[in-house]
Parts: sequence; structure tokens; C-alpha cells
Amino acid sequence: MSMDRRDFLKIAGISSLVGVGGFSAVNSIGNRLEASQIKKNPEALTATHWAMVVDMKQFRTKEDYQVCIDACHREHNVPQIEDNPKHEIKWMWTDTYEHVFPGNESEYLAEKIKEMPFLVLCNHCENPPCVRVCPTQATFKRESDGIVMMDMHRCIGCRFCMAGCPYGARSFNYVNPRPYLDEENENPEFPTRMKGVVEKCTFCYERLAKGLEPACVEAAKENAQKNGTTPGLIFGCLDDPNSEVRKILSERFSIRRKPELGTGPSVYYVL
Amino acid sequence: MYNAGKIIIGIVIFVGLITLPFWFSGEKATAKPDPKLDTPEILQLPEAERTCVESKEYMKREHMKMLNEWRDWVVRDGLTIYVNEQGKEYTMSLQNTCMNCHSNKTKFCDECHNYASVNPYCWDCHIAPKENAS
Repeated sequence: MSMDRRDFLKIAGISSLVGVGGFSAVNSIGNRLEASQIKKNPEALTATHWAMVVDMKQFRTKEDYQVCIDACHREHNVPQIEDNPKHEIKWMWTDTYEHVFPGNESEYLAEKIKEMPFLVLCNHCENPPCVRVCPTQATFKRESDGIVMMDMHRCIGCRFCMAGCPYGARSFNYVNPRPYLDEENENPEFPTRMKGVVEKCTFCYERLAKGLEPACVEAAKENAQKNGTTPGLIFGCLDDPNSEVRKILSERFSIRRKPELGTGPSVYYVL
Repeated sequence: MYNAGKIIIGIVIFVGLITLPFWFSGEKATAKPDPKLDTPEILQLPEAERTCVESKEYMKREHMKMLNEWRDWVVRDGLTIYVNEQGKEYTMSLQNTCMNCHSNKTKFCDECHNYASVNPYCWDCHIAPKENAS
């Protein structure tokens, strides 16, 4: 049988189309069967846009910050690496006004605000630059609730996200973090990280899935209860007009970090 | 055939070299893996409830694929509950569900993985259950 080039290409094209189409059809049926076996935890806290408000009036002493930071770092097995400042890992930390809100400082700014430490964490941006630059989608925006997530399994440690993040919210594991963790105090329910991956705050997605608020928010509440004040961290859904975060944002003056960059941070500061 | 002697000697040496591993290990086979299911957590369950998430055969064959899917469902899709064929519900977590019963990583996971020479990177990050050295 002889066949000219034109016929050969036609037959090859049609048969590969049928092959690929059939394969993907069979595959999608298979996926649906598996997907019917899983579901969300009915107790999980859900929202369409998680956001946090940091009420700076409620942070009076160093301890008020430290309880939140410690709760977060203990919960997520974040190591305390002190021998080389470049190897530091942080999910939540404090910084000064001129570093947190650059461009807003002035010579005559109140001394109190100039020296006040601001609690900072990942802003879970509406338009996250870290997600845009990630080549493996190891960091991605969860469409369901707006959390900027980290999938440690996929991270290849290229650190594009660290270059992309304008808030310095990401830390790279230059060394194996395990030796810096205290085995007695580690949280056995949460993994550690390995050398060569980037990590950051994930708004405690694992706690939300169990129906718990983020660790820092819980710590702030406990601390407030102990001191008889109101908690400095408020967490809730930005799309729900009756949520606590929307209430406080509608009543008080709030600012976000570097809004001019268009990233749309979900962490608000009220002064 | 030209140089028959040299070629035949060469072939003999070649065959000898590539079968070297067989000569060395000889008859003695490596001990068959024997994963243990006798953890205290499993033993205290009533006999009828000593079942894994899915059947033993399924788990033996598919656990690696299942763990991969669990990972994606939990981390990427935010779905955390797995419903098995009997309709029983489990939280999808290697560290908190699997290892809760199989608290003997060295005798359960490593036993076969070492035999088959596979090195999954689970424990680079996930915390293995604390085992007594006994």
C-alpha cells in the first residue's frame, strides 16, 4: 500500500486526536470516582476571603507581641536559628514603622509610633507576586478562601518567591532546621521543613480545617483575657459585612502595607 | 574466525564480570521483609476493628498513590476527610492518622522500603513517631 504524505499526516493527526481525547475522557471519569470519596470537615471554619486586623492599640508591652509570635512558631515547629542571622526563619515578627510602612514616615512623626514595634506576617495578598513567579505552583492562592498556601512537597527552593514578595514574609531553609528544634517542645501534629524549601505563614490552614482559629489569634485572645483587655488580633471573613474584621474596619482608620504596589494585602493595621 | 582465542577469553571474562553479583550473593537470599502490625495501638483495638483505611491488598498495592492523592486533596484542595468503601471517615494525614496506629515506622515502613531500596522523602519533614529502642 502506498500512501502520500498528505494522507499519512491526516491519518496520524486523527488517530492521535482520538487517542488523546479517549485517554483524557477515561481519566476524568476515574478522577470523579475518586473525588466522591472525600469531603471537607464539617467543623472547618470557612470564609471566602480570610483577613486579619492588627489593632496596634492593644499591643502595649513586648510580651503582647511575643505571646503571638511564640504561639505561631511553636505550633508550626519553626526553628530558632541564632548562630547566623541570615539563616533566620520567621513566620511572624516585629519591625519598626519606617520599615513596615516605607514612604509614610515623616520627620515629625510621633515618637511613640516611630519606636512602636509592628507585628508583621504574610499579607495573603489578593494579587500575590510570589504566586506569579513560582515555577512549580508550590505557592498558590487558594481560590476558596484566599489563603496564599505553601505546598512544601513541590518547592524546589529557587527563591523566586522571596525576590517577588515585597514584604519579606518568606524564609529559606539554608540549613536543615531539625537540629534547631527542641524535641521536647515540638508539635507532633505538624511537620517540620527540610533544607532547601521556602516557608511562611499559612494563616493556620491546618487549624482552620479543624475548626480552630489561627494560633496567633488564639494566643492574643488568651493574653487579652488574662490582662482584662481586648485582643489585638482579629480574624475573619472580609466578604461578610457582619464579620468582626469588617466591623472594626468600618469604625476605625486602617492602613495596609505598601498598597501602592497593587498586591492587595489582607492584613490591616488599625492605629 | 580471526583471533578466536582472544575473543572467547574476552567473552568469558565479560560474562564473569556481569554475573559477579550472583556469584557473590550466591544461594543465600536477602531476608524477606516482614512488616509488623503488632503496635500497642493496633492490639488494643477489638479484633473486628483491626482494619486499615482500605483493604490490606489495596493498601499494599496502592498506598503510595493514595498518600500522593491525600497530600494533594489536603494541601491544595483543603479537603481533609476521606470516606472509605464502608463509609467510615478518616482525617487524611500521614503524621496524625496513619502513624497513629502504625507507630512502628522502622518495623512497618522501613522494613519493605529498605528491601525494595526505595527512599521516600516523607520523613525529611514529617515527624516519625517516637519509638523505644527496645
